[in-house]
Amino acid sequence: MVKEKRGRNLGRIKGFSIEFLPYSEIRELDSNQRIKKILGIVLGNNILILQGRLSADEETRLIGDTMVMIDHIKNFKGIELAVISGNGNSGIYDQMKYGLANLLTGGDVNAITIIGPATIVKEMKRNPKKIELLLKG
Amino acid sequence: MVKIITNFFKRIFSTIFKSKKEVKLGFYGPPNAGKTSLANRICKDFTGEEIGTVSKIPHETRSVQFKEKVEIDYKGKKMTFKLVDTPGIATKIDYEDFLKFKLKKKDAKKRAKEATQGVVESIKWIEDMDMVVVVLDATQNPYNQVNITIIGNLVARKIPVLIAANKVDLAKADVKKIEAAFPEYDVVGISARFGDNLEEFYESIFKLSKKV
Repeated sequence: MVKEKRGRNLGRIKGFSIEFLPYSEIRELDSNQRIKKILGIVLGNNILILQGRLSADEETRLIGDTMVMIDHIKNFKGIELAVISGNGNSGIYDQMKYGLANLLTGGDVNAITIIGPATIVKEMKRNPKKIELLLKG
Repeated sequence: MVKIITNFFKRIFSTIFKSKKEVKLGFYGPPNAGKTSLANRICKDFTGEEIGTVSKIPHETRSVQFKEKVEIDYKGKKMTFKLVDTPGIATKIDYEDFLKFKLKKKDAKKRAKEATQGVVESIKWIEDMDMVVVVLDATQNPYNQVNITIIGNLVARKIPVLIAANKVDLAKADVKKIEAAFPEYDVVGISARFGDNLEEFYESIFKLSKKV
């Protein structure tokens, strides 16, 4: 999933790690706590891979809080964000199945959210089936 | 009997009052999609004035600007709108990006600071909108997460959405790709710059206003 722009350059990128967060880690948190946790990880120069996705309202608040942080934290330039959902173009039966699964788990655990600091992630190219990460060399 | 008659007239008056109310029509989208160009085009067509300035440099609109009492008259139908043009929503803002447009470092930093505040302001205004035109650049990849987040937020708030696929005058424009990305919404291909296909746009606006 992580795509280097040119094969030889990936080795030059230093000072970040990729952190995976299972949905169970944020399930019990309220919206403020979720956003705080996510931004905390990203501000630590990590690319976060989150199982599941935030609600539309939480995603919007994440963008708003990111803007406030750009103003307050030196060298922080924002985030790159992409969500890919496992039930994007499925039929009615699949949607019902996923809907029930989401109801039981408390969130869309079939989705994957990737969030990285803009200082490391140049671009996230997204189409319905994949996400490509272009990192800064 | 008196109560029934009173209620009947109340309903009639409230309907008349509601239909004369100004509908708050917001223009949302990523930076440089053409929100102000489209709002300007509508304002100029129906009031003779523009709402704001446009520029090739992203984040030209850095605070919410509006024009009240814009009466759109289309095929004999009239509706009064308050047009709300919002700063482009982005997840990252780097002053160095503005240096490429030959802005001085000091001006670029100022622009970046104002742009971040503009995004926050845009987000705050969402809940006040009656209906929203999401303006997308038809030459760009529509699967940008900002587009998806904005539309998801509007849907969650039950705010009617129309997608304007702007810049159809450019060879790279691909309206079908936008339609494929957002199959549940009305997508109208337009050129705000040249005024192409605005008839269909106004038709869609009136259609959408029925959902308000």
